[in-house]
Formats: sequence, structure tokens, C-alpha cells
Amino acid sequence: MEYLKSFVVGGLLCVIGQILVDKTKLTPARILVGFVVVGVALGALGLYQPLADFAGAGATVPLSGFGNLLAKGTKEAVDSQGLLGALTGPLTAGAAGITAAMFFGLLVALIFKPKDKA
Amino acid sequence: MQLSNMEYDKMVKKYSPGSSLFKDCVWAFVVGGAICTLGQALIGLYGYWGADKLTAATLTSVSLVFLSALLTGLSLYDKIANRAGAGTLVPITGFANAVVSPALEFKSEGMVLGLGAKLFVISGPVIVYGVSAAVIYGVIYYLMGLVA
Repeated sequence: MEYLKSFVVGGLLCVIGQILVDKTKLTPARILVGFVVVGVALGALGLYQPLADFAGAGATVPLSGFGNLLAKGTKEAVDSQGLLGALTGPLTAGAAGITAAMFFGLLVALIFKPKDKA
Repeated sequence: MQLSNMEYDKMVKKYSPGSSLFKDCVWAFVVGGAICTLGQALIGLYGYWGADKLTAATLTSVSLVFLSALLTGLSLYDKIANRAGAGTLVPITGFANAVVSPALEFKSEGMVLGLGAKLFVISGPVIVYGVSAAVIYGVIYYLMGLVA
């Protein structure tokens, strides 16, 4: 059941992205930025976590879930550190994902050769 | 053969694969859903190996990022993305792809300003705006705590 929930919710979030790709002139970069910022906003309003509790990876794997993670981490950091937490919280929460993308990105770019885009 | 712009547009539309919105959305739904289901399976696996909920979720993100980086290096991710569209863009694997792809492509322009800088062409804005939105939320949340 939890697999079905993550499939459907994750799929639907991607459909929203697809409609934006097809029906607007938004570039992929803008769509990614949009998903993260909307995720932060929904997370801040406490609206995203219920979706994440319901759909698991269906809500956390899409980039909006990354935004929610940033909001959640910021809230926890402000709770424990005060105002400074607003600066330390976001990147602390996103550290693993961002660092993994940078480091694996570097490795892959070093090892592989670029191919002509078909 | 002489074609007016409109006729040309028509031909492009006719022959570009998956040009209908519905078809695109089905692809995005199925592939995006599948990536999320893979994520759910990984969360289950790491949980089974004894990771707590947050650690399992973090390990899952890292695994998906690694997988996507590797598939991008093998130029398989872009092949799937041609069909799946937003199905491969919206998940965190799309973020990883957006990091690796330009880094690989601009490697020839040097290690620092080629690979190193282009790594952030798309991920940079995502991080800047995502983190800044969270900072603003943190400040508001702090101020609300003072009033309450």
C-alpha cells in the first residue's frame, strides 16, 4: 500500500511539472527552483508534512520534498539556536543531498567523457 | 521543398514523439512514480538494516543522487528523460542530473571555470532560492516566537 501511495503521489507531482513544461515557457531550471521554493513555503505553513506522512517517498523524493526538508530543518535550528538557526538550519538539513550531488557530480564528470547530445 | 513557418510548425508537431500533453503526462506520471517507488523501497531497505526514519530518508536521497549521477555519466539518464520529461526532472534524481550534466559537458573548458563552475549552472539557483526562502521562514518563525 505504501508503494502505491508513493507511486501515485510522486507521479502526480511530476505531472504538475510536466504541465508546466508543456503549457508554459518555464525552463527546467525555473521549474526546479519553483518546486523547491514552493516546497519551503508549504513546509513553513505546515501543509507539506502531512503529505509526506501520507505518501512517504512520493512526497519526499520530488524536489518539493527537498524544500520541505529545508523548512523543517530551519524550524528545528531556530528552536535550538534562536535567530542564528535561520542561517544554520537550511544547509544543515540539505547537507547530505547537496554534498552528494556536488561530490558524485565531480567524480562522474572526471571519470566519464561527454557524449554528443542525440 | 519550400515551407512556410506555419507549415513547418505543423510538420514538427506531427513528427516529434510524444507531443501531446496527455501522452507526456502519462510518461511523467509513470516514470516519476517509479522513481518515487524506488525511493520508498530504499527507505524500507535502510529501515530494515536498522536506520532510523530520518537516516533512512537521507540515505535514500544520497543513493538516488548517486544512481542518477552514474546514469548521467553513462548518458542513460538523458535518454530516459527524453521520454519521461518532468518525470525525471522533478524527483531529486533530476537535481543530480542537472548537476552532473553541465559539469560533464563543459569539462573541456577547464577544471575550475569549466567543470567546477558549470556544476552550479542549474543547481546554484535551486540552492540559492531554496535556502533563502528557508532563511526568510526562519526569521519569521523566530519573530513569531518572540510575540507569542
